[in-house]
Amino acid sequence: MNSQGGHHIAFDVNGAAVSVSAHPVARLSAVLRDELGLTGTKVGCDAGDCGACTVLVDGEPACACLVPAASVEGRSVRTVEGLANGHLSALQASFLEHGAAQCGICTPGFLMAATGLLERNPRPSKAEVNDALGGVLCRCTGYHKIVAAVMDAWRHHHGFDRRLPARGEAVGASAVRLDGVPKVTGAERFGADGFPADAVAVLVVRSPHHSARFSLGDIEAWRSASPGIVAVFTAADIPGQNRFGVIPPFADQPALAERRVRFRGEAVALVAGEPAAVAALDMTDFPVAWSEEPHALLPGDAQRQDAALLHESRPGNLLTSGYVARGDAEAALAGAAHVVSGAYETSYVEHAYIEPEAGFARMDGDTLVISACTQAPHMDRDDTAQVLGLPPEKVRILPAATGGGFGSKIDVSLQPLIGLVALKTGRPAALAYTRSESMASTTKRHPASMTATIGADAEGRVVGMVFDGAFNTGPYASFGPTVANRVPVHASGPYRTPNYRAEGRAIHTNGPIAGAFRGFGVPQATIMQETLYDTLAGKLGMDRLAFRLKNALRDGDETVTGQRLESGVGIAACLDALKPHWQRALADAEAFNATHAKCKRGVGVASCWYGCGNTSIANPSTIKAGVTRDGAVMLHQGAVDIGQGSNTVIAQIFADALGVALAEVTLVGADTALTPDAGKTSASRQTFISGKAAEKAAKVLREAILRFANVSPGATMEFSAGRLAVREGEATRTIDLAHLPADDDGYVFAAEETYDPPTLPLDANGQGKPYAVYGWGAQVAEVEVDMALGTVTPVKITAAHDVGRAINPLLVEGQIEGGIAQGIGMALMEEYVPGRTENLHDYLIPTVGDIPLVESILVEVPDPEGPYGAKGLGEHVLIPTAPAILNAIRHATGVLVTRVPATPSRVLAAIQEGQG
Amino acid sequence: MIRYAKPRTLDEALALLGEARWRILAGCTDFYPALGNRPLTENVLDINGLDALRGFSETQSHLVIGARTTWSAIVAEPLPAAFDALKQAAREVGSVQIQNVATIAGNLCNASPAADGVPALMALDAEVELASLAGRRLLPLGDFILGNRRTALAPGEMLTAIHVPRASTGGASCFHKLGARRYLVISIAMAAARLAVAADGTIAKAAVAVGACSAVAQRLPALEAALVGLPAGPEVERAVEAADLSDLSPIDDVRASADYRRAAAREIVQRALAGAFPGSATQVAA
Repeated sequence: MNSQGGHHIAFDVNGAAVSVSAHPVARLSAVLRDELGLTGTKVGCDAGDCGACTVLVDGEPACACLVPAASVEGRSVRTVEGLANGHLSALQASFLEHGAAQCGICTPGFLMAATGLLERNPRPSKAEVNDALGGVLCRCTGYHKIVAAVMDAWRHHHGFDRRLPARGEAVGASAVRLDGVPKVTGAERFGADGFPADAVAVLVVRSPHHSARFSLGDIEAWRSASPGIVAVFTAADIPGQNRFGVIPPFADQPALAERRVRFRGEAVALVAGEPAAVAALDMTDFPVAWSEEPHALLPGDAQRQDAALLHESRPGNLLTSGYVARGDAEAALAGAAHVVSGAYETSYVEHAYIEPEAGFARMDGDTLVISACTQAPHMDRDDTAQVLGLPPEKVRILPAATGGGFGSKIDVSLQPLIGLVALKTGRPAALAYTRSESMASTTKRHPASMTATIGADAEGRVVGMVFDGAFNTGPYASFGPTVANRVPVHASGPYRTPNYRAEGRAIHTNGPIAGAFRGFGVPQATIMQETLYDTLAGKLGMDRLAFRLKNALRDGDETVTGQRLESGVGIAACLDALKPHWQRALADAEAFNATHAKCKRGVGVASCWYGCGNTSIANPSTIKAGVTRDGAVMLHQGAVDIGQGSNTVIAQIFADALGVALAEVTLVGADTALTPDAGKTSASRQTFISGKAAEKAAKVLREAILRFANVSPGATMEFSAGRLAVREGEATRTIDLAHLPADDDGYVFAAEETYDPPTLPLDANGQGKPYAVYGWGAQVAEVEVDMALGTVTPVKITAAHDVGRAINPLLVEGQIEGGIAQGIGMALMEEYVPGRTENLHDYLIPTVGDIPLVESILVEVPDPEGPYGAKGLGEHVLIPTAPAILNAIRHATGVLVTRVPATPSRVLAAIQEGQG
Repeated sequence: MIRYAKPRTLDEALALLGEARWRILAGCTDFYPALGNRPLTENVLDINGLDALRGFSETQSHLVIGARTTWSAIVAEPLPAAFDALKQAAREVGSVQIQNVATIAGNLCNASPAADGVPALMALDAEVELASLAGRRLLPLGDFILGNRRTALAPGEMLTAIHVPRASTGGASCFHKLGARRYLVISIAMAAARLAVAADGTIAKAAVAVGACSAVAQRLPALEAALVGLPAGPEVERAVEAADLSDLSPIDDVRASADYRRAAAREIVQRALAGAFPGSATQVAA
């Protein structure tokens, strides 16, 4: 609803009297953002489900999206912008020091909810903090650091310590994230926060059907009868190729559908107009006629003989398949002492970042500039340019801060749409998806239907495994091929499996598009493998952790793709680190169960491995750096920081490699006009690949400077205004930077380096070297199961992850805690049902009250390829959580739930079946 | 032309209600999610100017809760132990942000099968006061909510207060909500129980209600009768085991299966009853 209109409403905002002209029923969130420019208050759902818009009204927390403007007349409203009073509030400082803000989109909501609590109760208990924060959702952090920051806020009344490390000590330091301050002040500009005042608003007309043909009526008549509507665009208006996709050979998705829609939520037309007019539009008379067609939402239905093809060129609705075979799996299983088989089903999982897709486009001369949330600026540029028929250099992607991505914001969403409007109308074009629009139209985690058989010899050595997985990839390719290929490579788990055959198939349906989501299918496959490992350990009568250790890959072993791993294999170290925790947890469970009848405790363990970066194909990152005449060290860091910390981690690597203090490095943020392509933020690749490129660039830059100074490699550098002091032993040489010749960027010294991990293609049997670096990890889950209600309460997760080298241990912990929270959601509550759960009250993600104690153990087995030995981490941390929880549920109850999420309904049904 | 009005007195509000159809706005926590990003299509009567409809009062026969009383205000109000279930329910309505603005009357008028406030109010024998230009009437809560999103509110009427008979404010009560996560969750099932216990420790009077297991929350009169005279412990458990819950008509939905709800309802009734006995662990602070 439009916030403008007629009534004058006077109230107090952050201590200042304001008067706005607004409709009395306009949402307070819209009034604050659109009328008062206070965009620190975020809109995540417009339904009170996420709490991102929490403000204080007369000191009490309320969701600004649910407060009518008329209700604040004469009252006092406080927003995040009012917290800092010349300096950061104690709570803001505490958030930064604890690493409580990752992407930052939920941060203002947490800060306001916590401020409401702390002003009444400065030293709250954990339970009081949970109650106060229960109404704000975070998808990045796993909540622990937020709760700790609130509980510790009282200690932070004297500013905050950025913990900036000294020269040479950046790697390994828990520096406060370099881009943190705007996240706690509300100044950060996310996709919806910087709309130009003269922008047209864009509304997307979407399919209400899973499958339909459609025809458009007299659009021009409709437009001219709609005051304030500037233009309507359809597929016919697209100047370029109406196809995009993250993997160019598979690109198949139209930006605007042509006569046929293949899923509910597919875009068919754009309406652009004055914001007030667009907000007031009654779309029921928009001239589109739908003719519904039969649809298939499940792979089984889509593969029936009579099923309609989603794409004529893909028979059987098979997008693609991946295959890995090694040794003779059948013979090995036939000869195995113990063989176990199982089947597992998983559901659509929604990324549920708190920031729905948003951004604006504008023309800068003949260049189209798009500022939107994203994980992959250069891919956005190329896809958008192709759709709009522009050369790539005429599209500039200037990413907004991104309020969570987790894979879905790699694909373009609104970029070609707002780009088309700006290009055609010449006016800036702005669009923020509604929550339901975001959920319906963007990608999901692939639902998987998997079967597997694993055999072991009498001593407990795994001798063979067969895996088969059908992955529901939806109507368009997105990252379906990646999932189909990555799964067979990883489905063995990090275990020696000499005889192996695995197939993954991506199958088209009319469900939501399934794409990239933290782990690319590996989390699903790991549930299959790790639950079967427990079954197998049970048959062998072996301790489940000991069974895993016995089979864990070691240095010198070969993987299922025949890749010999010479060093850096950290899985055994992770499992070893868990041993004491495992023993303690088993004893605790036994003691608990001896005295509890209705509630049972169980313990489970699961491992992960994950290859960092693209599978067997080129995956370069380029990092540029330079020194200005002023003596500033500029790092062009194009690896988009969506909260995971690349801005800080890559700068830490760069600082140490260059030999300067972290504080001396100035970041130039991702911008396709300014930063070279550092690839997409995906596949746990940024620390490893962009980090390595940064290390290389720093070394080249250092060498150039030292060569110019004619000193040896051991010399130290110190930059000051316009000068560089180079010291070697007792000797100091001062270079007057201000008078050196500068390049086009204004740099007197510069370097640009690319790193592409050395991989080899997979052959027809999936044999080769798909990744240059792997990361490893294992987690122990302790849960309590209410045997009468089937509810599962995680009690503790102990997570050991081999990150090679923890460049920033605080950020590593943040990744672990956040990944575990998503794993808990996947295990216990998250199930997206198309057309039914397109909001955040029917689609549930964990709240602060659903997160158990998490103990992180950072294991550092250096990788010879990674920068300073570092390995990737982002996806690894989510992979073991769900299978460890499912194994713990089985340990507690004696039954395995064979479909996730393990809702109370499913758990109780399994318990009853087990008893029956 | 869509109208908007924010009356300052109840008479003014009732006069407006008499002249047109209006959507009544109070806490707005159901209104905005339903509206989404669509434009307003109904006249809006904003009753947030009616201060008289907030808070607690007493008559000779009833304790009266004003329609606009928020869940946070209910939690903060010192009330007899019979209201503990209502307070526990108040803490489960959405989040603190929701509880600070959402009203007790809104929860009833929205008539969701999963309305958190209804079972506890039913266990208190609550009645609703409906006012219009024609006058006022009281309806038992069970007669007011007619079905999923359907109430007995007549054209021109608004809900002005909830009346709890003094006779029903004895004993202690307990509420149990079952959801798939800790906060901000729509109930899979819920139960409220209020027990008056005689000097010998046996149940003198029982009121038990189950929500989210039928279109409208229900009292369980047969079980209530069976509980009278029983002491806490196994006999109560056996009575619940034996209770006929066939009047419940739970549905299959994304939150749970019907079979699950039926089984869970019995279990949470047990737990609510156990919590309603004096000296049980469940305590509610104001």
